[in-house]
Amino acid sequence: MNTVPADLKYAKSHEWIRVEGATGTVGITDHAQHELTDIVFVELPAVGRHVKAGEPCAVVESVKTASDIYSPVAGEITEINPAVTDNPALVNTEPHTGGWLFKLKLAAPAELDALLAPADYQKQIAG
Amino acid sequence: MFKRTALWPAHQKLGGKLIEFGGWEMPVQYTGITAEHLAVRSAAGIFDISHMGEVTVSGPGAGAFLNQVLTNDIRKLTPGAGQYSIMCHDRGGAIDDLYAYQLSAEVYLLIINASRIAADVAWLQAQAARYPGDYHLTDASHQYAAIAVQGPRVHEFIATVIPGPSVSAMRVNTVTDLKKNQIGGFNFENHSVLVARTGYTGEDGFEVVGPDNSIVHLWDKFLAVGQPFGLVPCGLGARDTLRTEVCYPLYGHELDENTTPIEAGLGYFVALDKGEFNGRTVLAAQKAEGTTRKLAAFKMTGKSAPPRPHYPLWVDGVCVGQVASGTQSPTLGVGIGLGYVPTAAAKAGQAIEVEIRGQRAPAVIVPKPFYRKS
Repeated sequence: MNTVPADLKYAKSHEWIRVEGATGTVGITDHAQHELTDIVFVELPAVGRHVKAGEPCAVVESVKTASDIYSPVAGEITEINPAVTDNPALVNTEPHTGGWLFKLKLAAPAELDALLAPADYQKQIAG
Repeated sequence: MFKRTALWPAHQKLGGKLIEFGGWEMPVQYTGITAEHLAVRSAAGIFDISHMGEVTVSGPGAGAFLNQVLTNDIRKLTPGAGQYSIMCHDRGGAIDDLYAYQLSAEVYLLIINASRIAADVAWLQAQAARYPGDYHLTDASHQYAAIAVQGPRVHEFIATVIPGPSVSAMRVNTVTDLKKNQIGGFNFENHSVLVARTGYTGEDGFEVVGPDNSIVHLWDKFLAVGQPFGLVPCGLGARDTLRTEVCYPLYGHELDENTTPIEAGLGYFVALDKGEFNGRTVLAAQKAEGTTRKLAAFKMTGKSAPPRPHYPLWVDGVCVGQVASGTQSPTLGVGIGLGYVPTAAAKAGQAIEVEIRGQRAPAVIVPKPFYRKS
């Protein structure tokens, strides 16, 4: 069973974002890691890069395929998670916690309103 | 709509993730490619291979016809034996690669790639018009389902699933008496199934071809009997990583109509000494004089994403070709691949680069295969 934590917002493309003040932490959902399985490589954006909402800015690779990861909102990348590049399987085992991918300084916090609430994301992956 | 095998309901029940492959809707994985791959290397896995095609060639002229259209020497077969072979056109390019079994004195069975059934049958019919004789071709692909049961522990339980002596082709008292590449017909629930000691994984194992109902029952029985031995259902994802580790070609990747078996490193299966056959002139010249490019195996040497099909390959700053097959090796834990490079570069130890999303990552040519069973 996939978990959908209540304190996160979700993109239709299966990323989550946790907002604390002006900073958002982004990762892929439990559902997404379940679909990908066997994550063997993670490529993260450079710190300082400016990304738009929906812009591909990371790549998560399973044994079978490479998947683009899209930033849920616009912002400047402020930090990336070295633990997942060292141990990509962390994205499988702790998708919502230790397996986070990058943090960004929100450029347009109003964009958060366009993201899915947990219940809506739950509906999307159930359907 | 994509075609479904007789085992489609079984894949649904097991939660298999289905994808399109060669016009078929097939499971790519059940729990995960790595787990399934490692189960086959250490214990056992069962695969649905019903999408593969079956062609029978029978009659007094069947052997001579097949020796004309295939590269290997069919005369080396005896009833109950099989061999890997390539079907080439006159310029030496591969129409398909296949397994040819002799079932009885005048009956042969070809197991061909799913994606090539229509092309192969059309090609064989054209060749039959070109080389008439006393034989008959039948595309039996729609009559059969098939499974592969692979791994070092399969021999411990397969005779429980398919008991009794064989009744046709290779005569053995029990299925585990079959030797590598041998095929026998066995009774299973009052139907005849063919069991060959062959596979596409680099492990010991068996492939079973039979009517839909028998194969569906065999699938369930194998899972029940094999489970204590570590048998798990495996999808096409693991099938691909397993065959890549042992450098078995996949048609459409390492082989196609513009690629010869000599370039692909399959010269062992090209019997130049058997007399005339399709493509012989070109293949003999390539064997004697060498080819300008060769299929090479490579391993990523730094920390990089796994190589994938079509990624560009670079040697000494020049783009020389592309990746034919590439993946993360579940057994070795590194990125591995196969690709065509200029012959001079196709030597173990040669440094190359794989272009991944615009960045070149270092790799090195290594001897084939990446993995050999102990």
